[in-house]
Amino acid sequence: MSEDPRLVRLTVNGVEHAAEAEPRLLLSDFLRHRLGLTGTHVGCEHGVCGACTVLVDGAPTRACLMFAVQAEGSSVTTIEGLAPDGDALHPVQQAFHEQHAMQCGFCTPGFVLSTVALLEEKPDADDDELLDALSGNLCRCTGYRNIIAAARQAREGMKAGE
Amino acid sequence: MSDWIGQSVPRVEDDRLLRGEGRFVDDLHPAGALEAAFLRSPHAHARIVSIDASAALELDGVELVLDGQVLAQQAAPMVFDIAELIPPNVAESTGVTSRVHPMPAIPADRVTHVGQPIVMVVARDRYVAEDALELIDVVLEPLPAVVDAEAALAPDAPLVEDSWDDNEAISFAFTKGDPDAAFRDAAVVVEERLRSNRASASPIETRGVVAAVDPMDGRVTVWSSTQTPFILRDFLVKLLALGPDDIRVVAPDVGGGFGLKGSIYPEEVAVVLAARALGRPVKWIEDRAEHLAASTHGREQIHEIALAADADGKLLALRDRVLINGGAFNTLGIVVPYNAFTHLVGPYEVPALDIGVRVALTHTMVTAPYRGAGRPEVVFAMERALDRLARALGMDPGELRARNLIGPEQMPYATGIVYRDGTDQVYDSGDYPHLLERARAHAEAARAELGGDGRRIGVGYACYVEGTGVGPFESARVRVEPSGRLTVFTGSSSQGQSHRTTLAQIAADAVGVSVSDVDVVGGDTGTLSHGFGTIASRSVVVAGNAIATAGGEVRDRLLELAADRLEASPGDLELRDGVIHVAGSPETAMPIAAVVGPLTPFNPGRPKDAAPVVEAGAIHRPSTVTYAAGAHAAIVAVDERTGVVEVLRYVVVHDCGRVINPTVADGQITGGVLQGIGGALLEELVYGEDGQLQTGSFIDYLLPTASEAPEFVLEHADVPSPLNPLGVKGLGEGGAIGPPAAVANAVEDALADLGVVVRECPLGPSQVRELIRQGQVNTVDS
Amino acid sequence: MKPARFAYEAPTELEAALALLSDDLVDARVIAGGQSLVPMMNFRLAVPELLVDLNRIAALRYVRVDGGTLRIGAGARQAELLRDPAIEAGWPLLTAGVRHIGHPQIRSRGTVCGSLAHHDPVAELPALAVALDATMTVAGPSGRRRIPAADFFVSYYESDVQPGEILVEAAFPPVEADTGWGFAEIARRRGDFALVGAAGLVRAGADGRVAAARLVLFGVAERPLRATAAEQALVGSDGGEDVLARVRELVAEAVDPVADGHATAEYRREAAAHLAAEVAADAWGRTR
Repeated sequence: MSEDPRLVRLTVNGVEHAAEAEPRLLLSDFLRHRLGLTGTHVGCEHGVCGACTVLVDGAPTRACLMFAVQAEGSSVTTIEGLAPDGDALHPVQQAFHEQHAMQCGFCTPGFVLSTVALLEEKPDADDDELLDALSGNLCRCTGYRNIIAAARQAREGMKAGE
Repeated sequence: MSDWIGQSVPRVEDDRLLRGEGRFVDDLHPAGALEAAFLRSPHAHARIVSIDASAALELDGVELVLDGQVLAQQAAPMVFDIAELIPPNVAESTGVTSRVHPMPAIPADRVTHVGQPIVMVVARDRYVAEDALELIDVVLEPLPAVVDAEAALAPDAPLVEDSWDDNEAISFAFTKGDPDAAFRDAAVVVEERLRSNRASASPIETRGVVAAVDPMDGRVTVWSSTQTPFILRDFLVKLLALGPDDIRVVAPDVGGGFGLKGSIYPEEVAVVLAARALGRPVKWIEDRAEHLAASTHGREQIHEIALAADADGKLLALRDRVLINGGAFNTLGIVVPYNAFTHLVGPYEVPALDIGVRVALTHTMVTAPYRGAGRPEVVFAMERALDRLARALGMDPGELRARNLIGPEQMPYATGIVYRDGTDQVYDSGDYPHLLERARAHAEAARAELGGDGRRIGVGYACYVEGTGVGPFESARVRVEPSGRLTVFTGSSSQGQSHRTTLAQIAADAVGVSVSDVDVVGGDTGTLSHGFGTIASRSVVVAGNAIATAGGEVRDRLLELAADRLEASPGDLELRDGVIHVAGSPETAMPIAAVVGPLTPFNPGRPKDAAPVVEAGAIHRPSTVTYAAGAHAAIVAVDERTGVVEVLRYVVVHDCGRVINPTVADGQITGGVLQGIGGALLEELVYGEDGQLQTGSFIDYLLPTASEAPEFVLEHADVPSPLNPLGVKGLGEGGAIGPPAAVANAVEDALADLGVVVRECPLGPSQVRELIRQGQVNTVDS
Repeated sequence: MKPARFAYEAPTELEAALALLSDDLVDARVIAGGQSLVPMMNFRLAVPELLVDLNRIAALRYVRVDGGTLRIGAGARQAELLRDPAIEAGWPLLTAGVRHIGHPQIRSRGTVCGSLAHHDPVAELPALAVALDATMTVAGPSGRRRIPAADFFVSYYESDVQPGEILVEAAFPPVEADTGWGFAEIARRRGDFALVGAAGLVRAGADGRVAAARLVLFGVAERPLRATAAEQALVGSDGGEDVLARVRELVAEAVDPVADGHATAEYRREAAAHLAAEVAADAWGRTR
């Protein structure tokens, strides 16, 4: 029966994974609980807060609005994939640290990936485009000014080829 | 010596959080854990007629169903100590009555708010648990409901608590001087009815709890997304008649709290009971719909406020009748109402006062502290009333405030009011006129600089004081590890306040090590015998001072031990960056690892009678709160045609005493301001008359985004507190206290010539246009 | 907020998808971007028994200009429209409006056809489709139907797509020369659904006066509303302040909005009038 769990094969952070998922299992829950990648967080499950943002084939995606079965064959990047194995932080992560753009850290992975997605597609994104990309994620702790500063710093850093 | 306090030390918290290696409660999944879901009341008020969960129990994967009748046999209704605590002189000076109101974790007979849990299901996973909820047949008999606080106090209002004869949970009053005479003789009197609307703290991480029973010794461990693990531990011990060592409560990484996670909730009780009943770990993670309905609400107050002044604008009297909507249960007693009362007059000199406060129960979610805990609402009332007074006098609102602020030469200033801890309220330190003067300078500069695109520019102020660092105590233990690193255990726990950095800075300075050699462990009742938690802008004050004291003792002990070894006297030694040496003789350098190493019991040459570990514990009991303060100014642009309000710039001139980490402090202020702006422009929890929550998701409850964040001007004018050795004042809430008042004042300023009067927020475009329409009517009528 | 169980199929051919939808006894829905559907499923407000995923149907994944007409297949993401300078050049009203849709995470996954079929009357795409006179192609058991945008949007969350059918393409005809565009909306926050919005096209005639006008309002009714009286007032005019004031009056008369938690009916009426005039002025300004 097509309600039954099936094997979902996808690449996450460059590593091939295969795990069972019934059709209704959300991609957010699949990543967190089937694959143990708990860096992607869940804040609303209706597509507003952006805490669950991952990259699916490079596109910034709300993982709570996708079923894992829909990700069959795709390439997903989560927060754990930006600086794996204790590598040096990605310029966006580094900028968030240097600009004090995080307090509780719960919304941070989503913000970082939204920023990465934008800057990888448009390295010369202007401030308005930055603001547009950042406005799809909610933060309750920081008041956003430092997040905006971090995104700007990351843009400059990535343009300079860090 | 302050190598670290005052430095913007980069946060130690960040690396693991940036890598996605945080451990928030939903990231914890003990082997064999089951997941819970709650069937929640669809009615605001109803009798529970019957519950048939047989179909749910038959569903594959369902392990347990728990309703109120079963729960009542295992746990008494919840009553919190703080609700029963009223210092005698508080009672005497205000005549306060506060009804203790036990709250069943899951009711057996009646539900009294939408979202209240009726049945808990525990199943293989959350998906199956939610399937099971749909199979439960609950028969409810709807009863009349009341959601408005005024309606709840009307004679024939439906009762929320049927053993009471009315819905009044709390009532108190206070007078000072001769307010009647003052109002009679005043040159000018303004009266307004002002309303603060209901809001949700809405941290991005919802609540959650995991409970597990150790099969070997029966001890229970509870991981909860809580701000107050020690209070939760103490509560569970009492509720379940256990020994204090039988339960350990840990707050893991917590994604924001803002007061909301400082309450103890029914779900925490139910999950612990389920874990014990099943002998397996049970986990419950709140979803956002549950959060908006069934995590504590805040901010709903009505003020009928009047100010009397002389012709020069000097305040003569304040009268205020305050009505607070307490929701369905009076859980925390006078905390928020009394906070409100003691912060209403603020930094102003008002010789006569006539204040009455009532709290009404309604068939809505319980209200509790939310960042500011009553202060934003009273500041809204007072600051709006001041602007109305300024208009009546034809005076600049900044000037009116300046004429009435308590001056630094009047400090310490006794208000004549008894504070909630039973002490006389005394503003200990601060320069309020300076704060306002700087805010006015920034605001007027902004007004001149901004604008010119056809929108109307407005400036609004809000001045406030904030009693911070409330007791009763916080505790800390500082221990030197064999490596020479310090471990600092504290009862405080963090939901983003950067304690692992700021408290490490305090410890590092107290002992004389590098901040990178300090590890702070908070929020775990297994590490300290007594503690409290993080609420009420208290951590740097109470935990910070406890750590400083304990750290000082550790330093003294290290110097004593080193003095023996170096055959010097402790006074000749220096300890810095973790290294001790005789002053002037760098070649005598001895790292503290070398001092503590020989203490091991295996060492035959160890100092006689010395403890094997260098550590010290301390408790800080503040004498009373210490007063932070701020002056806020909002500069807004209002589009008269569309009603759209944009906050262009927000000014905060802030006194939080000695600043531990300036970058962290500014981050706290900025975050608080955005929550305040949310309340001013976007956020409102709305109940229909039938008690249905109309704003049940983020589609309708609107949080501010990066696009709504204004430019900030943050200036510090910090006056050290004389009340604690570190000189610190709390700062977690201040940012949130001013914005609704400042923004409302600014919007009215922008539209004043249109006859607009702002009496409540949020000020969405439709509301602003309605105010303009009203203003036109008022202008015509006047 | 976990969805109820459902069966899931991800066919690779459109015919297979239609076959799956043809069984009357099975409550089936299609999913493309999921940005509107999945939240409803997570709330269990939508509980389909079968979800038919269109994302694997390669034949539906296209955005192309075909003899001057912009054709957008059901699998095409909103974000794709923003990447092609030819689309911006040929249909600037469309790209301007799409930029107001939500945020990049929504646009990167949400589809143009999905938004049209879902028909939230405060969404941008339905109004843009009406303004640009798009034609929707719906595939069903008995073949394909072509429906002009004016007839496609029926009521709240209801389009002319019948059970068993799938919207497979939205086609936007070329915009005539000398046509300027305007788009404006009022939203509580950036990226939100609009409280009220307007989309318009104004063409200049050889005589320097308005030769044609299309003004569409959204957020004021159960579907996008053509402000025909206001359009007629514009035609033949000089597009100046007098006629813009007339546009405001006519639009205020023409709309009968409802109130909700975010705005009163009066607010929507007033705002619609202002936005219509603003959009008409912008469009006229862009012809010069």
